Amino acid sequence: MHAENEIHFRDSAAKALLDPQLRANFRRAMDGLITKRRNQFPDPRDLQDLRDLSTAIRSRSLLNLPALLEQFEANCTKNGIQVHWAETCEQANELILGILQAKGAKTLVKGKSMVSEEMHLNAYLESKGIEALESDLGEYIIQLDGETPSHIIMPAIHKNKDQIARQFSQKIKDAKYTEDVDELTAMARKVLRQKFLDADAGLSGVNFAVAETGTLCLVENEGNGRMSTHVPPLHIAVMGLEKVVARLEDVAPLYAILTRSATGQAVSTYFNLISGPRGDAEKDGPEEVHLVILDNGRSRIYADPQLRATLRCIRCGACMNHCPVYTRVGGHAYEAIYPGPIGKILTPQMEGVGVRHDLIHGSSLCGACGEVCPVEIPIPEILVRLRREATHEDAGSTVIGKGTGRTASEDWAWRLWAGVLKRPALYRLATWFATRFGKALPANAPLIKAWTQSRTKPVPAPRSLSERVRAEGVPHV
Amino acid sequence: MNGTKPKKVYFYGTCLVDLFFPDAGMAGIQLLRQAGVEVIFPEGQTCCGQPAFNCGYWEEARDVARTQVALFPQDLPVILPSGSCAGMMKVHYPELFHGQPDEAQVRAFSARVYELTQFLVDVLDVKLKDLGEPVKVTWHSSCHAVRDLGLKGEPQALIGQLSNVELAPLTREHECCGFGGTFSVRQPEISAAMSCDKAADAEATGASVVLSTDGGCLLNVNGTLEAKNSRLKVQHVAEFLWERTRAR
Repeated sequence: MHAENEIHFRDSAAKALLDPQLRANFRRAMDGLITKRRNQFPDPRDLQDLRDLSTAIRSRSLLNLPALLEQFEANCTKNGIQVHWAETCEQANELILGILQAKGAKTLVKGKSMVSEEMHLNAYLESKGIEALESDLGEYIIQLDGETPSHIIMPAIHKNKDQIARQFSQKIKDAKYTEDVDELTAMARKVLRQKFLDADAGLSGVNFAVAETGTLCLVENEGNGRMSTHVPPLHIAVMGLEKVVARLEDVAPLYAILTRSATGQAVSTYFNLISGPRGDAEKDGPEEVHLVILDNGRSRIYADPQLRATLRCIRCGACMNHCPVYTRVGGHAYEAIYPGPIGKILTPQMEGVGVRHDLIHGSSLCGACGEVCPVEIPIPEILVRLRREATHEDAGSTVIGKGTGRTASEDWAWRLWAGVLKRPALYRLATWFATRFGKALPANAPLIKAWTQSRTKPVPAPRSLSERVRAEGVPHV
Repeated sequence: MNGTKPKKVYFYGTCLVDLFFPDAGMAGIQLLRQAGVEVIFPEGQTCCGQPAFNCGYWEEARDVARTQVALFPQDLPVILPSGSCAGMMKVHYPELFHGQPDEAQVRAFSARVYELTQFLVDVLDVKLKDLGEPVKVTWHSSCHAVRDLGLKGEPQALIGQLSNVELAPLTREHECCGFGGTFSVRQPEISAAMSCDKAADAEATGASVVLSTDGGCLLNVNGTLEAKNSRLKVQHVAEFLWERTRAR
């Protein structure tokens, strides 16, 4: 079923599964993160209270999103932050290029931003002759190899220390080979420190945008976020339009659950509240602060009351850390900006449920993601909804690509399935044959072939339960 | 039911138990009878409809679900030897029938649905007497039983009542075994990786049998263990409990 659509994820996942180093790297890293998160939530009731509060804050923010965005824009403007709106990634890229060019900026140093990954900003700027350098250590590591993030919080988590040691010795000028983590970090730091000082502009993402104060909150551990937003004369922030919350006091619980869910930290090393460019009496900070607010399909997701829950996401990555599929195949196999469970529901809603049918079906629906999500996004439920959307064209649905994952063979299979199972006499006949002749089914029959790649063939019992209860006289009324 | 223990229940076999684990179905019925409950097994049972529901074919799932709901007209508990199918009928039927003309009737049905061990522990409060030889077992908690239906350790509580049984926990008890219905054949490579890890985890416990509430998990883990020529066996928890407690 869906051979032509499922090609990406199944194939790239199968390839990843053959790489023992990759599997070991992910398993070790994810186990570490799971343990650290668990240690932050010793009391399940406290965790549930914080989840309830966080979910309520994000839901309430989304409910009032249009008004909050207006209020946020007005307060940002009041603070001297110049706000720009982009419906598409192309528009956002052009806006940023325009801002950089207006200041004559040639080099950009970047704090970590998944929205900028969504925009493929680095490649775009490079094509326009502007250097965009990642300053988050993980992002810096993968940029050296021309790779994309394999995790939304820990972008280089697919690599281990030895791999990074080899890479640094080859890619960083005058670097000697060492496997010492502190020395490796110092090497990157030396390169980056100069870049912060030299860069014409800095770029960052936004974790929470506060409507009542016009403040951009930035959560980070390395100080590179503060350097990127503070040292260069120009700071450009990019954010998805769902990031806004109403009040400053909404930030505290969200921040508390974000760092605990993401990296198992009670607080991050840095927490930045950015409220505008350098004031007249201030000694540091950028001369100009710009904010680009990106839609890229979010308002379409917003329009659907059930799918809207997707936008509650605070990008902690806990769903991927706990996902039995992600843990085994890693982030690159998804061939998507956002991997893991959240990526499986977000990517098809951004790119189309037909073309990313592979992702929608790349889940066993085990529910581990929904169980740990700090804002209780019902990821398995949404996956099922998207499976439905991919194969049906429901009137009123705003889902992109609805119905385009439908194939005649799958339609036929489910019709046959229902045709038999809603007719007990037919079902009885089918199970009679299965119990008598099921053993004789060839191991290379469709579906059985996939099953028997790693398992013995399932053999039906000689008599079905229905036959047994009848024979043993269990009352049927 | 107002706190009084029901005297009579319906039993819903589920398609996987019907076809692959009829002994588990019979054992479930016997355990209920042993607890003093009369069991009715309506004819015409096929499948709860979960495969089509999970794949997005809701009309087909509803067609099948309707025929099943109609088999249980009396206001009696409906007991299933499966956490996944019980989760489908209890939690997802109301979703599947949302806005349908028969929604109220289906909701009333869903409210009566229980997984077998859930019913034995939470409603009947059974006390089991172990008559079997000493044995070491391990437990795989089915994802849907725990996360959809909300089992809270009822099967383990029953196993814990057996004096001669040692329960050796898996390192990753709550991790999916890799079955996932159509996932096992749509993504056979990932499914196999998960199944092999589960099988290895079970083998490392030193137990001689893996127990679970769910036919899907059992079918998957059993097939994987057999392919590895493992000596470890799988068994449905109902069958295990009945074998060890039945008067001989």
